[in-house]
Amino acid sequence: MTDIASTKLSNAQIAWRAAQDIEDGAYVNLGIGFPEMVARYQVEGRQAIYHTENGILDFGPAPTEGEEDWDLINAGKKAVTLNPGAAFFHHADSFAMVRGGHLDVAILGAFEVAETGDLANWSTGRGGVPAVGGAMDLVHGAKRVAVITDHVTKTGAPKLVERCSLPLTGVACVTRVYTSLAVVDIEGGRFVLREKLAAISLGDLQAVTGATLHTDGPVADLIVPEL
Amino acid sequence: MDKTVASPADAVADIPDGASVMIGGFGGSGAPIELIHALIDAGPKNLTVINNNAGNGQVGLAAMIEAGMVAKLICSFPKSKDPRAFTERYLAGGIELELVPQGTLAERIRAGGAGIPAFYTPTSFGTDLAQDKPTAEFDGRGYVQERWLKADYSLVKAETADRHGNLTYRAAGRNFGPLMCAAAAVSIVQATRIVAPGEIDPEQVVTPGIFVKRLVRVEAPQQEEELNRAEAVYP
Repeated sequence: MTDIASTKLSNAQIAWRAAQDIEDGAYVNLGIGFPEMVARYQVEGRQAIYHTENGILDFGPAPTEGEEDWDLINAGKKAVTLNPGAAFFHHADSFAMVRGGHLDVAILGAFEVAETGDLANWSTGRGGVPAVGGAMDLVHGAKRVAVITDHVTKTGAPKLVERCSLPLTGVACVTRVYTSLAVVDIEGGRFVLREKLAAISLGDLQAVTGATLHTDGPVADLIVPEL
Repeated sequence: MDKTVASPADAVADIPDGASVMIGGFGGSGAPIELIHALIDAGPKNLTVINNNAGNGQVGLAAMIEAGMVAKLICSFPKSKDPRAFTERYLAGGIELELVPQGTLAERIRAGGAGIPAFYTPTSFGTDLAQDKPTAEFDGRGYVQERWLKADYSLVKAETADRHGNLTYRAAGRNFGPLMCAAAAVSIVQATRIVAPGEIDPEQVVTPGIFVKRLVRVEAPQQEEELNRAEAVYP
C-alpha cells in the first residue's frame, strides 16, 4: 500500500488546486483558517472578488505590521486592506449576498463530508462552548460550495463518508471536495472521482475513503506544483 | 431637532435591570467601547445582550460579562482570542447562551426593525440548530422558520452623525449598526463627529435618523483590539 503521509499534498497544494477552478470575475467567499490560503494562488490573469461576511467586497491581503486598521478586518478578525472598487455593507446585505445565490464560489473546511453532500464542520459534538458563526449560512446559496481538506483525519479515519457522524452544518450542500489525495465531485448522492494523485492506486484511495468512489469518465492525474 | 446627549453616562443612564440590549460590532470592529463602559459604570443587572460575539479580553463586552451584568447572551460566535470571561461563566452555568447562525442573527434583527415577525431561511435546515423550529418546503427545498429579534436598547458606534441622527459608519465597523438602530426601542449611538443637519450629503446617509433615538459624541473612540494588545482591563 502507498505511504499516504509521504505522498499527500500539503495544505498549500490543496489550496492551489482549488484556486485553479476559480473563474475570472467570480465572487468568492473563503472560510476562515485554511480556506483563506486559496487567495494566495489566484491564477494570473484572472480577477476574483473576495467577500467577507462581516461586510466587505474586494478586500486584499493583510497590511504590513503596524499599519492595521481594526475597523477593517475579515471574518477571521484579521486586518485586511481594500482593493480599488471595494464596498462596505451591513450584515443583512452581506448574508443576502450569501443566501441569495449571488456568490459564485464558497470554499470551506470540513470535519466530514458525506456522499449526499452533507457537511459537518462546526462542532465536534464534544461539549464546551458551541460556536457556529457564518458556516451554516455559507453552505447555502453559493453556486458552488467546495470543501478543501486532508483526505483523512489526524488519526487516519476517512473524512469522506457515507453519512456524517458529527453535527451537520448543512444538508446536501457540497458540490466538490479537494483533498490531499484527490478531487471528488458530489453528484446525485454519490462521490464521483475526477482526479487522483498518480502515485496512489484507486484501490488504496478507496481504502481511505468511507464511501464508494464512483467513476464517470476518465480519472485525471492530480498534478500540483511544489509550493 | 437635536438628539445629542451630554455624555455616554447620560446616554445609558435609564437602562434598567432585566433590559435587552443589542450591542453593535463584529469582534472589535464597530464595537461601541465607550457606551459599553458607561453601561458597566451604571451597572444594571440581569441583562439579555445581543452581539455577534461574546467579548475578547477584559474590556468592552467581556468586561460587562465579567461584571456579572449579563444573564443571557444571543450570539453566533462566542469565541475569541481571549474568551475567558464568557467561557468560565458559561461552563459554570452562570450565563444562558442562545446560539444563532450569523446570517440568521442579522436577518432576525433586520426583521425586528422592519416589522416582520417571522421568515424562512435555508440556513440551519436539517441541523441541531433547527430543532423544535417550524420548517416548510418551497420549490422543493427545506427552510426553517425564524422569529424577529427586537430589543429595549441598542448601543451602536457610528463615524459621523448629524443632530437628527442620520449616520455614516467607518469601514467594516458598520456591520450590525444599521440593523440594531432599527430593531431597538431606544437606539443609542456614539459618533466620532456630530455635525449640523445638512452637513452629511443625503446620498451618503447609511442609517436615516428616524432609526436613532440618542446621540453622544465620542471624539477619539477606543478600539477593542488596541486595548487588548495593551492588556487593558476595565474598570
